[in-house]
Amino acid sequence: MRKVWIGLLVAILFAGNVSLARAVTLTAPQYVFNKATVREGTLLFMDHCSACHSIHSLRYERLETDLGMPKAQIIKSIMLSSNANFLEGMRPTMTQADAKAWFGIAAPDLSHIVRAEGQRWVYTYLTSFYWDPKRPSGWNNRVVPAVAMPDVLAPWEGIYSKNGQVLHRGRLTPAAYHRKVADIVAFLRYTSDPSYFKRHNLGPYVLGSLIILSLLAYLLKRNYWRDVHK
Amino acid sequence: MSKFSDWFNKRFPAREFIRASMTQYYAPKNFNILYYAGSLLLLMIVLQLLSGFLLMAHYVATSQDAFNSVQGIMYDTKWGWLIRYMHVDGVSLIFILLYAHMLRGILYGSFREPRELLWIIGYLIYIMMMGEAFLGYVLPFGNLSYWAGQVITSILHAIPFIGPQLTMLARGGPGIGTATLQRFLALHVVLWFLIIAALIVMHLVALHQVGSNNPDGIEIKEHKRPDGIPLDGIPFHPYYTVKDFFGVGVWLTIFAAIILYAPTMHGIFLEKNTFFRANPMVSLPDVTPPWYLAPYYAMLRAIPNKYWGIGLMGLAIVLPFSLPWLDRNPVRSSRYRPWYRTMIIIMGITFLVLVWVGEQPPLPKYFLIERLGAAIYIGFYVLLPIVSSIEPTRAVPERVTR
Repeated sequence: MRKVWIGLLVAILFAGNVSLARAVTLTAPQYVFNKATVREGTLLFMDHCSACHSIHSLRYERLETDLGMPKAQIIKSIMLSSNANFLEGMRPTMTQADAKAWFGIAAPDLSHIVRAEGQRWVYTYLTSFYWDPKRPSGWNNRVVPAVAMPDVLAPWEGIYSKNGQVLHRGRLTPAAYHRKVADIVAFLRYTSDPSYFKRHNLGPYVLGSLIILSLLAYLLKRNYWRDVHK
Repeated sequence: MSKFSDWFNKRFPAREFIRASMTQYYAPKNFNILYYAGSLLLLMIVLQLLSGFLLMAHYVATSQDAFNSVQGIMYDTKWGWLIRYMHVDGVSLIFILLYAHMLRGILYGSFREPRELLWIIGYLIYIMMMGEAFLGYVLPFGNLSYWAGQVITSILHAIPFIGPQLTMLARGGPGIGTATLQRFLALHVVLWFLIIAALIVMHLVALHQVGSNNPDGIEIKEHKRPDGIPLDGIPFHPYYTVKDFFGVGVWLTIFAAIILYAPTMHGIFLEKNTFFRANPMVSLPDVTPPWYLAPYYAMLRAIPNKYWGIGLMGLAIVLPFSLPWLDRNPVRSSRYRPWYRTMIIIMGITFLVLVWVGEQPPLPKYFLIERLGAAIYIGFYVLLPIVSSIEPTRAVPERVTR
């Protein structure tokens, strides 16, 4: 009987893996998820992504309350958009109309992108650009074929051909570049679920009290039930 | 008793009620772990009412603002994430408890005479819960909500003659929009919930009329002390109230651990596609229902014809109503019926496989599993009357075992 159970379990797990197989294998970013990493990622995002992408759901203020960034720094190097407001959601510097004119499509809001697509997807997407002269921008992507977005990180990553040849060396080594992208993914993971740090801070206290409550309840139950089990 | 208590009880039968349903209500003493599910379900319904009330204070039921208002709860409302995760994860936990509660009933024959009505009311609650979950699922108006609403309301379309009008009535128009959200909210919060609450009260009243079954499936009322108290019965209060209090502690620990450390349960309790705004222009490649409805969806897909598929799904949902009359063995509990027990194990595994396959994209390679699963599911009910009348049984004890 036990063999049957194990066999079934293996069959289910194996079948599950097969169904997940896609054209592109998604790789997981390597980073330590803490406030320092997310702060690092915030600055990178602001430098490279926020020209086009908004984080509509997250207010600038949260960077101060959640991540401990100084307000002066947020105003100076993060609130780059001319109509940004400290108490409102993060805006891009580019207008939607310009985006449509230049890229053919408005850049999507990235508030929930990691919850929606998964961090493996975002990471693999950002590291899967290749040079394709047939595209209007000159860029293509293995995860999103015929993508409208150009590889804005190319100066750091370098330029690759479709089969992975280096056409132009980047400013960073591949390892350093991947760490940088991983930090951006960490920031987007935070924006997808800013309750993360609060939840994890509360965790030990809440679970600790509930476990103590359960233990006391168990002792009470055992005491009451003594005469039932005699 | 104090003077006030006497005054009060002369006008309101609180003391009588507590006696009849708690301190002098005798339950079998051999309940096992599966018997925690009932009281925990009651707790979870109350928590859903509480978190739902708080959510509704911030939710806007228009196609324009529904998604943003839910994100506002998640990002801007104080403790909003806690309220929403409680409500969302609570649904999955309720269904885990419902399945445990029903498995218990099937394992120990709790649906058998005289508890047929108890089983039917309970199963009605389960069906109503599926509807309640679906209605709530559409409200946040993510893309999955939109397409799930589209797909489920289109099932009504298959009803002969009045199908199209009924779909229109359910949606409040030809498509899913503000009118749909507003009537779904009204149903989810008022009518559906009140019906569920009423059914729960009826379930408890029926339970107290017939008394609890137990893992041995024997009647404790057949062996009484001279004063009329069952020998194997213990008063519900304090014995089961302290025991259930312990259960509540453990359950809340699990609930809190999920909310604090894995609120989406890796996309199972809160699916990825709910984080995209509803978009009629972007259809999802595969709309799969939440895990607790997946078995029925798998059976719906097992037949590639819409009407027959819906028919099979409907049959799968209503068949459990007939259980009290399909089981013909004089012994109730599967503890003393090895064949029946084997059937339940196969059925249980089949149900889990159907949960899994119902979550997979609609690919031909899953057809065989879906059909086999549907065949075993229906087969259980076809075989039950035959097997239960010929199967060998073990000796049933006179008194409950420890």
